[in-house]
Amino acid sequence: MSLLNRYWRVALGLVVIAALIIAPMYLNRYGLFILSQWAVMTIAAMGLNLTLGYAGQVSLAQGAFVGIGAYSAAIMTANGMPLIAGLGVAIVLCFAIGWILGYPALRVQHHYLAFVTLAFSTLAFLVFRNESWLTNGIYGISNIPRPTILGYPTNRPLPFYYVCLGSLALVSFATWWLIRSPWGRAFVALRENPVRALSLGIDTRRYTLMAFAIGSALGGVAGTLYAPLTQYIDPVPFNLSLSLDLLMMVIVGGSGFFFGPFLGAMIAVLLPEWLRFTQGYYLMLYAVAVILLLIYSPTGILGILDRYLTERRTKAASALRAVAKSGLEPAP
Amino acid sequence: MSNLLDLLIAGLATGAIYAIVAVGFTLLWQTSQTINFAQGEFVMLPAFLMLAAMHVGAPFWLAIVIGMLLSMLLLGLGFKMLLVDPMLRHGVLPLAIATMALAIGIKEAVKQFFSAEASPFPSIVPAGDISILGRQVALQSVGVLALAIAAVVGLTMLLNRTSIGHQMQATAQNPTVARIIGIPVERMILLTFLINAFLVALASLLITPIYLAKFSSGEVLGQAAFIAAIVGGFNQVRGAIAGGLLIGVVDNLAAAYVSTQYRAAVPMVLLILIILLRPQGLLGRAEERTV
Repeated sequence: MSLLNRYWRVALGLVVIAALIIAPMYLNRYGLFILSQWAVMTIAAMGLNLTLGYAGQVSLAQGAFVGIGAYSAAIMTANGMPLIAGLGVAIVLCFAIGWILGYPALRVQHHYLAFVTLAFSTLAFLVFRNESWLTNGIYGISNIPRPTILGYPTNRPLPFYYVCLGSLALVSFATWWLIRSPWGRAFVALRENPVRALSLGIDTRRYTLMAFAIGSALGGVAGTLYAPLTQYIDPVPFNLSLSLDLLMMVIVGGSGFFFGPFLGAMIAVLLPEWLRFTQGYYLMLYAVAVILLLIYSPTGILGILDRYLTERRTKAASALRAVAKSGLEPAP
Repeated sequence: MSNLLDLLIAGLATGAIYAIVAVGFTLLWQTSQTINFAQGEFVMLPAFLMLAAMHVGAPFWLAIVIGMLLSMLLLGLGFKMLLVDPMLRHGVLPLAIATMALAIGIKEAVKQFFSAEASPFPSIVPAGDISILGRQVALQSVGVLALAIAAVVGLTMLLNRTSIGHQMQATAQNPTVARIIGIPVERMILLTFLINAFLVALASLLITPIYLAKFSSGEVLGQAAFIAAIVGGFNQVRGAIAGGLLIGVVDNLAAAYVSTQYRAAVPMVLLILIILLRPQGLLGRAEERTV
């Protein structure tokens, strides 16, 4: 039963991956842009999922970290350095700032933490807008070059989409590994019961900071891809509403589920596009859809699936028990 | 010095409006653990409802009454029954996210059905100056301040001097015990939602003549109210009032003396400092930390 399940899961995964690789070849410029945006936002949401879904720390600052990453990439490449250098700077910078931002989490929890990170988000936006010597203020930075990878230029939309997809694959793999490592288990312990985690010898202090720092660094990675994707950045996309959007993606997809951010980003990036035929109403319908989904399943889309699977497993188990009770051998 | 007095009065006037919004915000949090991220949009919407009523031909006073009633119906009763009630048992975060989605929905609906442009809004306080202590002060600031203070005093009286107010406080402090001693908890919670809807409609009436009616104006207002609520104390009505006034004054002084570019940063820094040094807020009680 579970073996079959695993085959199905692998098969489904392969089909999705194949679709993500092949289907874009038939998409136009705009479709490729949207799909690339999905990949980038998924990376940022995965970072937030680590902080929120696994370690249980509410953050309203992920959008600011995407901004920090984007500006690092834009400023570095504008000065003739390769994108990979921008990536390095973005990761180090976001990790460090995320670590510092984690300190309030040691003192306050829940909504207070949400508001500290909200304040940070606004401060970061003001710095992007006002420090013109560095960020060129409201005029933004234009002509951000796309990278050349292994001697292969990625200026056209399709190759750059594969850069985004490849980065998403790398980040997914790293996150998957992290969640299964002792660190990931410590994060979950932190979320479920901080006091018990502490009494079991987990350094909750260090892991709280670590959860913030790693989640923020992934936001920075997303930003590094965002800058060359749009090739022009100004402060506006990195205001508070991006942080709120990312939080919405994590919750709507299913916070604490590995695949939650993928689905959440799909809803947040693709659903408005699909609803565009309704013209002025599309964001309204999107808002209504999100509210209805959350009323139906507060644990997000994967929460529905999880409920369904648990129910089926319980039914299967009780069926097996019934069989065993009637004196027959249960099926192997 | 004379400049300072003007800034103080203007700051207190906007601060008093922030205070009204922040009080509604803390009331919702106290009675039903609702962090309403759409509170700013709640302030933006009633002005448009009043404008719509006037558009149909209602005189200004009638438009105000219609706007207030519609606001209590939509933002009070509707908000509670359709969004908060089904989600409350699932915890704070999904509900907070749902209110974020609601904020997007309200903003887009106003943009679509009314206008994407800023519309002027009549003031209930006549224009002109009056002289206080031999100084000319804008009548609008004084009028707004007076009305806001009246609203706050009225609310405080309601909460502290009447039986209904005591029942509401009991509901906020301990719903289980309140229910045992016979307080209609459900009705009290509904009442706080209606009061919040009334307060945001009032704030809308007072602030829109200053900042114009625009679909996006809720963002700034909502943030100011959050900060006011936290700075003052998330679980105290008088804390929210003090926080609102403080943020209004600090914001105005910062615009004049710090820099217009970083004026928005000053309340944020204040917020971070308060949360780190005194998380329960200036006047708040320490909340039990859930572990």
